[in-house]
Amino acid sequence: MEFAGTSKKVITAREAGLVACTRCNRAWPISHSRCGRCGAKLVSRDAKSLQRVWALWIVGFICYIPANIYPMLRTRQLFQVDESTIIGGAVDLAHHGTMGIAAIIIFASVVIPLGKFWAIAFLAVTIRATEGAAAHRKLWLYEMVEYIGRWSMIDIFVVAILSALVQLRGLATITPGPAAFFFALSVIFTMLSAQAFDPRMIWNGLPNEDEAPDHA
Amino acid sequence: MSDAATPITGNMPLDELIVCPQCDAAYRLRKPEKGERAVCQRCHKVLIAPRHKAGKQIIAVSIAVVVLIIAASVFPFLSISAAGRSNAVSILDAALSFTEGPLLVLSLLTAGFIIFVPLLRMLLTIYVLVPVVLDRPPARHAIRAFRLSEAMRPWSMAEIFALGCAVALVKVADLATVDFGPAFWMFGVLVVLVIVQDGYLCKWSVWNSLEHPKKS
Repeated sequence: MEFAGTSKKVITAREAGLVACTRCNRAWPISHSRCGRCGAKLVSRDAKSLQRVWALWIVGFICYIPANIYPMLRTRQLFQVDESTIIGGAVDLAHHGTMGIAAIIIFASVVIPLGKFWAIAFLAVTIRATEGAAAHRKLWLYEMVEYIGRWSMIDIFVVAILSALVQLRGLATITPGPAAFFFALSVIFTMLSAQAFDPRMIWNGLPNEDEAPDHA
Repeated sequence: MSDAATPITGNMPLDELIVCPQCDAAYRLRKPEKGERAVCQRCHKVLIAPRHKAGKQIIAVSIAVVVLIIAASVFPFLSISAAGRSNAVSILDAALSFTEGPLLVLSLLTAGFIIFVPLLRMLLTIYVLVPVVLDRPPARHAIRAFRLSEAMRPWSMAEIFALGCAVALVKVADLATVDFGPAFWMFGVLVVLVIVQDGYLCKWSVWNSLEHPKKS
């Protein structure tokens, strides 16, 4: 660990009458509206951030529904056409005995997206932590969402590779279904939703004096 | 070591402060010694993580990645064969495999995520860092270039595509025989280099050297 557990009082930029640039970490007087170093817009706490989070969350969620109803892949083998949805495809894989891959698909396409919807909603509803431990848990959740969200794209890439590769005319062809489009949109909008979140709001309700010591 | 960042006291020049973008805690700036990192006391976000000679290493890695991306997207990536029929595709083919109607948008997005965004990020990094490493004044629009590069960070998905390949290969395995083209191995190296480049780059150090060109 880089530092020992301290319970020194932390002064926030806002308390010091400053506003921080979240892009390059430079401090400016609170009256400034644009960072003089990197040009980012300066907001002490982004009050409108939650509105954007919810708007993008809802769009992402709406897209996730057709993504699961429509087929993701159309496999044509000789005279047999097989359409599979996200979950159907994973179930097929599991039947074929490739449990590991089925698990990856289920994890990336179902567990991560649903977990993300839940996590972002949870953070947006209970934004302010009232004690140090809760703030650390929320921040951990936020970092997880930010880090892991992109990995949901894996299913789209699988579909892309399969439909480019498996083009054996008369023998087997794979084409993408409409679900691919909605699924990609859903991932993109949830990523934007997570990015719109201003994590500094988590610490707003926290009294600084009894800041919990290092235990993350 | 003790914490590299000390909470602020009283009035001090603003360019001697650094503020945590995640929790708004303000600190007096002290450049970490060799091998140290400055970490936010409250939320443990890494604020400064400089590396000795990082600039040159990053430039070298970035150039390698640019060459690899271009080569990997042209050469054959994967090929399959079954019952005398075969099909070979490049990464560009895979990315552009969504061809019908709205799926075309998806094609462009996929191509962007796996080829153009990583490529552009590398080029921007080279553009920004070369003058910094040579102790010259920053390149024209260097600030805007680095901003763009940072904004694209979450959308660079080469490593996710790599895992997607693994999944797709297992799915195809019982359908046909798969052969790896030269681009496949290039892409493998590329993914590792992209991750290395990302780990070496200290955002704060770049912003700081763009603001004070000769000092660092």
